[in-house]
Amino acid sequence: MAALEEGFTLSAVPLGAGPHGLLGVEQSDKADQFLVTDGGRTVILYKVSDQKPLGSWSVKQGQIITCPAVCNFQTGEYIVVHDNKVLRIWSNEDVNLDKVFKATLSAEIYRIHSIQGAEPLVLFKEGAVRGLEALLAEPQQKIETVISDEEVIKWTKIFMVFKHPVLIFITEKHGNYFAYIQKFNSHTLSKYTLLLGQEEKSVIQSFTASVDRKFISLMSLSSDGCIYETLVPIHPSDPEKDQRVVRSLLLKDVVSGDGRNGVALTVLDQDHVAVLGPPLPSSKECISIWNTKFQTLQTSKELSQGTSGQLWYYGENLFVLHGKFLTVIPYKCEVSSLAGALGKLKHSQDPGTQTVPHFVNWETSRGHRLGSQNSEQSKRIKDSEKHIEEELCKFLAIKPTPDFNTIIGDIVSELLGRHKAEPSFYPRNSLMQLIQTHVLSHSLCPGLMEAALEKADVQMLQLCLQQFPDIPESVTCACLKIFLSISDGSLQEAEINMESVSDYSDSVQEEKMEEQTEVLHNGFNAEEENCGNCDQELNKKPQDAAEETMSCPVIPKRAALLRNAILHSAYSEMFLLPHLKDIPAQHVTLFLQYLYFLYLKCSENATMTLPGLHPPTLNQIMDWICLLLDANFTVVVMIPEAKRLLLSLYKFVKSQICICSELNKIEVSFRELQKLNQEKNNRELYSIEVLELF
Amino acid sequence: MGEFKVHRVRFFNYIPSGIRCVAYNNQSNRLAVSRTDGTVEIYNLSANYFQEKFFPGHESRATEALCWAKGQRLFSAGLNGEIIEYDLQALNIKYAMDAFGGPIWSMAVSPHGSQLLVGCEDGSVKLFQITPDKIQFERNFDRQKSRILSLGWHPSGTHVAAGSIDYISVFDVKSGSAVHKMLVDRQYMGVSKRKCIIWGVAFLSDGTVISVDSAGKVQFWDSATGTLVKNHLIANADVQSIAVSDQEDSFVVGTAEGTVFHFQLVSVTSNSSEKQWVRTKPFQHHTHDVRAVAHSPTALISGGTDTHLVIRPLMEKVEVKNYDAALRKITFPHRRLISCSKKRQLLLFQFTHHLELWRLGSTVATGKNGDTLPLSRDADHLLHLKTKGPENIICSCISPCGSWIAYSTTSRFFLYRLNYEHDNISLQRVSKMPAFLRSALQILFSEDSTKLFVASNQGSLHVIRLLEGSFKHLHTFQPQSGTVESMCLLAVSPDGNWLASSGTSAGVHVYNIKHLKLHCTVPSYNFPVTALAIAPNTNNLVIAHSDQQVFEYSIPDKQYTEWSRTIQKQGFHYLWLQRDTPITHISFHPKRPMHILLHDAYMFCIIDKSLPLPNDKTLLYNPLPPTKESDVIRRRTAHAFKISKIYKPLLFMDLLDERTLVAVERPLDDIIAQLPPPIKKKKFGT
Repeated sequence: MAALEEGFTLSAVPLGAGPHGLLGVEQSDKADQFLVTDGGRTVILYKVSDQKPLGSWSVKQGQIITCPAVCNFQTGEYIVVHDNKVLRIWSNEDVNLDKVFKATLSAEIYRIHSIQGAEPLVLFKEGAVRGLEALLAEPQQKIETVISDEEVIKWTKIFMVFKHPVLIFITEKHGNYFAYIQKFNSHTLSKYTLLLGQEEKSVIQSFTASVDRKFISLMSLSSDGCIYETLVPIHPSDPEKDQRVVRSLLLKDVVSGDGRNGVALTVLDQDHVAVLGPPLPSSKECISIWNTKFQTLQTSKELSQGTSGQLWYYGENLFVLHGKFLTVIPYKCEVSSLAGALGKLKHSQDPGTQTVPHFVNWETSRGHRLGSQNSEQSKRIKDSEKHIEEELCKFLAIKPTPDFNTIIGDIVSELLGRHKAEPSFYPRNSLMQLIQTHVLSHSLCPGLMEAALEKADVQMLQLCLQQFPDIPESVTCACLKIFLSISDGSLQEAEINMESVSDYSDSVQEEKMEEQTEVLHNGFNAEEENCGNCDQELNKKPQDAAEETMSCPVIPKRAALLRNAILHSAYSEMFLLPHLKDIPAQHVTLFLQYLYFLYLKCSENATMTLPGLHPPTLNQIMDWICLLLDANFTVVVMIPEAKRLLLSLYKFVKSQICICSELNKIEVSFRELQKLNQEKNNRELYSIEVLELF
Repeated sequence: MGEFKVHRVRFFNYIPSGIRCVAYNNQSNRLAVSRTDGTVEIYNLSANYFQEKFFPGHESRATEALCWAKGQRLFSAGLNGEIIEYDLQALNIKYAMDAFGGPIWSMAVSPHGSQLLVGCEDGSVKLFQITPDKIQFERNFDRQKSRILSLGWHPSGTHVAAGSIDYISVFDVKSGSAVHKMLVDRQYMGVSKRKCIIWGVAFLSDGTVISVDSAGKVQFWDSATGTLVKNHLIANADVQSIAVSDQEDSFVVGTAEGTVFHFQLVSVTSNSSEKQWVRTKPFQHHTHDVRAVAHSPTALISGGTDTHLVIRPLMEKVEVKNYDAALRKITFPHRRLISCSKKRQLLLFQFTHHLELWRLGSTVATGKNGDTLPLSRDADHLLHLKTKGPENIICSCISPCGSWIAYSTTSRFFLYRLNYEHDNISLQRVSKMPAFLRSALQILFSEDSTKLFVASNQGSLHVIRLLEGSFKHLHTFQPQSGTVESMCLLAVSPDGNWLASSGTSAGVHVYNIKHLKLHCTVPSYNFPVTALAIAPNTNNLVIAHSDQQVFEYSIPDKQYTEWSRTIQKQGFHYLWLQRDTPITHISFHPKRPMHILLHDAYMFCIIDKSLPLPNDKTLLYNPLPPTKESDVIRRRTAHAFKISKIYKPLLFMDLLDERTLVAVERPLDDIIAQLPPPIKKKKFGT
């Protein structure tokens, strides 16, 4: 999360007396020391941490510095240009600029660039570039003209690309902009025409650029208040030809373009830019940090005394001429994340930094102005829910990073945190979307199921039960309670994943009779089992019993919840049992009935499985029956309507035991059969075969 | 490549003995394995798990314990009450010493490797000092009331845990007195069993004693207080073995149900320092009792009644994918148990205590690839030769002409003359063997059956001329001065002029038989030799190593052949190098000098040196016959290695004549069928 710290004033003396403010702030060869060139005649060397000047040099009265002083990183000397053509080179020990080395050149200089790891480069107003040493060897050498008449250099910057300096400068001619890239390893100069697109009329007020491996990302702040990005290739495909590059909108409405003073823009890192200027036409000037990736305003600071519209950024410091004084604002940026960006929603404003009207406003990126703020609360919530949803879609589309699950977890907890604070905020769709990323678990967002339980959001609960691997038994049980108790009406409304439930609850009626006989085949015949008196009641009206057991006791949606969510959940008996005791008796009976129904469905076919995708296994069903009975036996025996159910359960357990013992008896025979089978496959002990090798 | 009639033999009724003990030596990365017949085998885990040495067993010498001491000395103890030290150079028993405590059930070497502790039938625990060339009795610990079945040293060497019946004793080594006696619950799932036998104990440096017992429990005891700390019930049957890793962060137990459980010391929660033992992985690689387990730094090693030695690498400890990353199941010995008389089409099978001679059948029919031909004569069992005495057979051989059989035990060498009269066969022992012919590690007859070569366990090679019914000692090649390494492999050239011999580590020596002198020594190679053979006519020596490299060395030129250099330069196919059983036999085609036949347990291969070598992109094993596709493709894809995987597990394969092969298979099912039934597990219900 980017943040601006409390700034401090660097100079005690007023600066920027000239009409154009400061000429520049440049790094010196020592960290923490900066060369500040005043518009008039002075160059001051400041030590930022000490907030004091280390040295100051002035040119003679009548001379005027025309280009910011720079430090030659190779020699540690300083270079300044006065009166456009005169170079002065001095070192820390020199006192008087008049007495230091002087070289008069044949053409006017636009800028001197100095960068760590290369000799200083001199850019002439006509577009030619020379190395300093070559120039000093022959100061009066002829300097060619590169740019055409009336073309004026507006801005320039130098980069190191693969250990070689690359210089970019932008020129303007009749409202058209051109970018020139000068490479020094190959001494090629390529020219690009910047196409402004629809916003032809706008004037570019500030440039900044950062370099990637293959591109220079040139950002420009136009008079319409928007930031545009242009990718200028470093290695042109065809350097001879005139090429065109288009710019694309990066951020909209970051400043109001028609401020009295200029506006300025500088790149901080790959995702952040600093913008200087008034955010609204009437407001005071602000320095604001924007995240270009998420198009969010990260922080902002008002500069009430006005600025010169100039902004420099070195290391971790932003330099601004605030009023008459040079102010340093330290800038910090922790790793940014969507969670952080979202968090801005509820974080109160940090004291000291004052935000521009609201915060991000997802709207800004879509062209709305900030006016809609006063609209009513609920609309805002709905809106923000919707925006969060949209942003999430965008975010999820990005390839997952290694810490993807923690990021998702953070997002969920932020959303839940906000839900807690304002209960009407319940971004259900976003949450569902997040659950479906398959990376969440209960421990990562413990509040999620709690909230869903509170809201009786069965759909969300079902999803959670299916996706989370680590739901505590108490929560599983709470879900079960809700699933059993929720009214049929509200269930019908809910959108529930009905996966493979309808497959068999519909077909029940048709196959009823057949099933009955098959069940008997599986060893449930009462006569054979000599179940005696206990199942007399059942024998009396077998038809009734069959009907009762074979139709699904719950509506399909509830069945879906129970079958697809509860039965599949992981649990350990010890922890689940005490919670099961809390379920009301009639719900227990209902669930038992349903489980018994599932069991009968299971025993329909030879493989003992249910139809459909991911069916609960017979073991899962049996375990749940046992658990329920263990937990609630004393209650269930007392309920008259459960009596029939218990009887049939008892009968089927008994038959099961019989089957097992019978199977154990004939296991030996099975093995013998298997052996016979093997022997058949076995060859003779001796044979002569023909083998051909290829 | 050619069509062969293959005599597919499955009547070699060989049953490997069950594994009784395993002992892992960390310094040399070697594994000692003892079997129920008393055989002790040494596996070199660094050399692709090759079984490089073995000590033949003895009927009365059931090994109950096996351990390595300092200086890579190997000791075993058994129910005959003797402690035995093995000579790993000469491959014989250095000495046997009676511990005078009745049958010995357990033995443990002190952590420093200088003391030996044995647990005896009479309840005594005896401490021996290991001296440079022997062991010396030092004293008895307090006598217990029943046999000591397991022993475990504390890593500091101050205390010892001894598992007995129904209780574990903790001894103080200095005083020899029992400090604690920890009673083990006899109850097994609510039922009181007769006795609870402590099959294994391990002593950890924090004072924890881990015991495994016949009630299926793994128990953790605090040796300072003598109290039970934790109890894991892991099996319905005995837990018979335990081994702890050197770091004491994991251990392995083996149960009578054939399951091996891995226990690991894991943190209670992800970042707490509190750790507890957790049963992490069960492995079911065995069908029968896992009698012995070992824990190498990277693998769990287990063996038992089902005769397999299983090496299960711990994937989290294995860094590179190589031999060590694959599960190994070693069932068959890495040496030949079968020899063959080509002339008479006889096979001699070597068992622990007897030899069997079989005559192969014949057929007159012909057929195409894959056909089984009708037999005109079935295979005959001609002879069953039982050894005299309790010692196991070390090696045996039948002469190529079929009229001589020789075999050797640890103390005696036997030579028989066979006479064939029509269908009758008579056997006549050649008596009066000279004194120096006492014990042989390898026996070989020359191609014309006139000479017998015997590698004795002192490193010397004897050459004997065979005459009708008698013999004459011609010469003895003495080992190179200073070495006592025994020769395990022999090969003689078909013209009878050259004899090659190889030990376990040094290079291959080639002797000139005519002049009876050493001809040359093949440069030694890092991996042990698994098979040797000399090609006819060219006298090229083909050597297979345990890392699956094959070299060809020209004996007359005393240098590697051009082909060998080429294949070394290009490298073998990666699938060839990944095979996990060693080549155990090499032979040659009499009419096709470019062919080399070799086999391991799962394939046999004919290398045609005239064809291009396969590279890693070509298909190494192509079982499908070429269809009617254009010959161009066939020629293009043809490479030197012609592999067949039809016969497996393949114990022996040789060429009887130009068009006939003999393959001896031993299907695993047949072995399992003859093992005692495993513990019955209920399949249905609970």
